[in-house]
Amino acid sequence: MRYALAALLLALFVLAWQGVASLHSVDDLTLASPVETFDALRDDWSLLWDNALVTLVEVLLGLAIATVAGVAFGVAMHLFRPLRNAAYPLLVASQAIPVVVLAPLFVLAFDYGIGPKLAIVALICFFPITVNLLDGLRSVEPELLKLMRSMGASRLRTLRSVELPSALPFLFSGLKVAATVSVIGAVFGEWAGAEEGLGRLVLLGNNQLQTPRVYAGIVLLTLMAVALFVLVVLAERVACPWNRKEQSV
Amino acid sequence: MQTKAEAPATEPLSLSDVTRRYRRVTALEGVDLSLRLDEVLAVVGPSGCGKSTLLELVAGLQEPDAGSVTVLGATDAVARRAACAFMPQRDLLLPWRDALANAALALECQGVPRSEARRQAEPLFERFGLAEFERARPAELSGGMRQRVAFLRTLLPGRPVLLLDEPFGGLDSLTRSSMQRWLAGALAQEPRTVLLVTHDVEEAIVLADRIAVLSPRPGRVVAEIQVELARPRDVTSAEFGDVKRRVLEALGL
Repeated sequence: MRYALAALLLALFVLAWQGVASLHSVDDLTLASPVETFDALRDDWSLLWDNALVTLVEVLLGLAIATVAGVAFGVAMHLFRPLRNAAYPLLVASQAIPVVVLAPLFVLAFDYGIGPKLAIVALICFFPITVNLLDGLRSVEPELLKLMRSMGASRLRTLRSVELPSALPFLFSGLKVAATVSVIGAVFGEWAGAEEGLGRLVLLGNNQLQTPRVYAGIVLLTLMAVALFVLVVLAERVACPWNRKEQSV
Repeated sequence: MQTKAEAPATEPLSLSDVTRRYRRVTALEGVDLSLRLDEVLAVVGPSGCGKSTLLELVAGLQEPDAGSVTVLGATDAVARRAACAFMPQRDLLLPWRDALANAALALECQGVPRSEARRQAEPLFERFGLAEFERARPAELSGGMRQRVAFLRTLLPGRPVLLLDEPFGGLDSLTRSSMQRWLAGALAQEPRTVLLVTHDVEEAIVLADRIAVLSPRPGRVVAEIQVELARPRDVTSAEFGDVKRRVLEALGL
């Protein structure tokens, strides 16, 4: 039923899109209709697919870096209060930096390769992962921490047996946010300077007035983000089976 | 002070003139209590009289502001912690662990490897009326069963002193009285030194050899009542009623 309603809304959206695009007053160069977009997807498939793979690699590697760094940093901040106090403002500031402005500087620093894209994806994914993990690590009830202390648990034992498992659902919440913004990060990275990738293809298509191809690229980028989100949700189900009630999708 | 040399042999647990303050509130003031080996002492008192503070002091989770707490001859918090098994009011089972792994947690905290801890916990499930539920997650267990798993976790490391903080407070009254009977039976079989904190007077009389009554904040011991009833105790008997009346009187009710 949930899925049926979602599909219905999506169908309505596509219909409305088609309707607006068919209006005479709407310029074909501004808005490609779903049919034109679909045609572009079909005709340019190999071009789109090759570039999508490039972007996907950037996104996955960037996410992986952000996850490893975010978990390591989150745990370190949790264990060492001074580090937490010192680094928290920086962490927030890192998220406030306008990535669009930063991207060209990264390209200057790292050249046209995959480096700047990874840096940008990792930079914007790091924050939701670290902050959610930190909240999760602190979410353990004081009573439970007292019990662990009374049972003679070491700091690391409490971290391993209680705090990390408690934080796991929070970590996955962070990963869900990270998964959706990671694709945007990769696109910004490519816009600042790239030789391939869906973001670059969309930018080029825009300059060359190939509007349907631009829309096809946007559709693929969106699907990529949604697919990543679903993957995170599935991973969460496997990793936190006790937490089932709060699941969505 | 001059009794200190002989104290450890006869008194596994004693508090002498213990005072505990939080900022502007005095939770306990001048509390003297001592337990004999394998004695069950129930501490009853109104809400907020410092009962839980008392347990945490004994358990080595807090330090008194004045006076001393001695468990098995030791006064420092680490040694107290090692001698006591502390059971909080709520079961606090970990939802991601099955019942067996939850029971084994206390052993793991002492450095016993996980599989070995599970192996040691397993035989006790039968005795605790939990056979076949080793693999069940806490969410699949009833309140009484969860509490029994928590008990198993408390007893498993074999620490000589048990500290129970309203162990049945969260249960419905039917489950509570059956758990009280079950605990009384378990202690009859395998005596331990128990400090039980409760606000349920009947629970105290069913389980305890002696009852200490605390005053409202700041908590002081205002009466100690010996419970001389034969076990298993019958809550409907006239003698039970007499003891209950004396405890309620001491509570000022």
